[in-house]
Amino acid sequence: MLLIHCPYCVDTLPELEFAYAGEAHIARPANPMSQSDEEWRDFLFIRSNPRGLHAERWRHIHGCGRFFNALRDTVSDKFSVTYKAGRPRPDLEKAVQVPK
Amino acid sequence: MTHFSALSLLKNALTGNKNWTEQWPDAQPKKEYDVIIVGAGGHGLGAAYYLAKEHGITNVAVIEKGWLGGGNTGRNTTIIRSNYLYDESAKLYDHALDLWDNLSTELNYNIMYSKRGVMMLAHNVHDVQSFQRHIHSNRLNGVDNRWLSTAEAKAFCPPLNVSPDARYPVMGAALQMRAGTARHDAVAWGYARAAAKRGVDIIQNCPVISIRRAADGSVDGVETAKGFIRAKKVAVSAAGHTSVIMQSAGVKMPLESYPLQALVSEPIKPVFPCVVMSNTVHAYISQSDKGELVIGSGTDQYVSYSQRGGLPLIEHTVAAICEVFPIFNRMRMLRKWGGIVDVTPDRSAILGKTPVKGLYVNCGWGTGGFKATPGAAHLLAWTVAKDEPHKLNAPFTLERFTTGRLIDEAAAAAVAH
Repeated sequence: MLLIHCPYCVDTLPELEFAYAGEAHIARPANPMSQSDEEWRDFLFIRSNPRGLHAERWRHIHGCGRFFNALRDTVSDKFSVTYKAGRPRPDLEKAVQVPK
Repeated sequence: MTHFSALSLLKNALTGNKNWTEQWPDAQPKKEYDVIIVGAGGHGLGAAYYLAKEHGITNVAVIEKGWLGGGNTGRNTTIIRSNYLYDESAKLYDHALDLWDNLSTELNYNIMYSKRGVMMLAHNVHDVQSFQRHIHSNRLNGVDNRWLSTAEAKAFCPPLNVSPDARYPVMGAALQMRAGTARHDAVAWGYARAAAKRGVDIIQNCPVISIRRAADGSVDGVETAKGFIRAKKVAVSAAGHTSVIMQSAGVKMPLESYPLQALVSEPIKPVFPCVVMSNTVHAYISQSDKGELVIGSGTDQYVSYSQRGGLPLIEHTVAAICEVFPIFNRMRMLRKWGGIVDVTPDRSAILGKTPVKGLYVNCGWGTGGFKATPGAAHLLAWTVAKDEPHKLNAPFTLERFTTGRLIDEAAAAAVAH
């Protein structure tokens, strides 16, 4: 069972309260009409799928209901940090660690 | 290598079983091959076998980071079926089913293919309509699949709870009689043995670190833990790790890797005659020849390479199994494990050429790769040998995510994913 820290509720809670919502920081193109087929493919379908640190969206679906982002290692499944939606991907060197 | 037959069994029994030879040698890499296949699962080993047998290409290496068949080939729930909705998928999986039929004889290896039937339960009106649509589509494609009433489903699988006030009422079922199970390890071993017999090198415990490209952009070979190995053609068949390896060749893939979990119970006497799947409650179950109940679930919700997965999903699956089969609610489970499956946005495989000359890919089988093993292997070998796809895998290109010609089995929901 993953324990996930909700940055809005400021509480670390079991995975069952949360829904995963895919890779984070994928911005919809500002001008859709000018996009090429390749750019649409990259936006819609291509994902980084790294073996290591992954920036991803979670939703506290059985809590505050809000979306937030997280950095998690996909090999150990360990969360490094969670942060509010809209914030840039944190530089892990400076990031505040998840409270135990 | 000994040919397996009643005579060789008898001969070896009389000499105390001391003269069996190894089934395949543990090869060390040569400097160069005509074709390198990355990943010694059923798909990769099978492709090597068909390259040697059908296309006369025997200077082939299959390179595996762990042990042979230790990835998803050894971690799945061994279900084989072909009742997919779309024409492209139905033809592809039915091609595999045709090859499963004679595989034991062809490989001289008992893969224990058992056509015990796969029954997919309909629990609500949507399921009923969706399955009947599948059955009609399958009929038009010549694929075996038929509708069972609730009573017929109960007769076919007696442990089923068909009580009208059940948590998951059974409103009928789709049955593919040609479908069933096979011994997953034996499939990998059988292909490995038959490929090695034709001169293929199987190199285990040798992770591929990256794919090296020549100055003109074409494939030059692979960097491995045992050094650089040259080859003009490289086929990647690495399941959950495909996108990581393809990235090293500069090809971005529309793939995400998720853990898919399964578990087995303590062995019991034969009680369960078929395979039962329920897409709605996300559980499938069969009984192995050893007597264990083999139970599979859907994927975990998050991307991961941990080959473990979370317990909440197992709890959900087992709870559903206990509702549908109350007879099993006091069974003890022995082991659970996870495999890493590579999932495409449309839940159909990618099998074909890539933008890089000499680089081929077989991936994206998601939660259903085992059933496709002989078909995928056969078509991958064809594609590599002829440098063009067979007509059966021609629609399963990487380009479909650019052109938009998806094969949307995700929306068709023929499969538990």
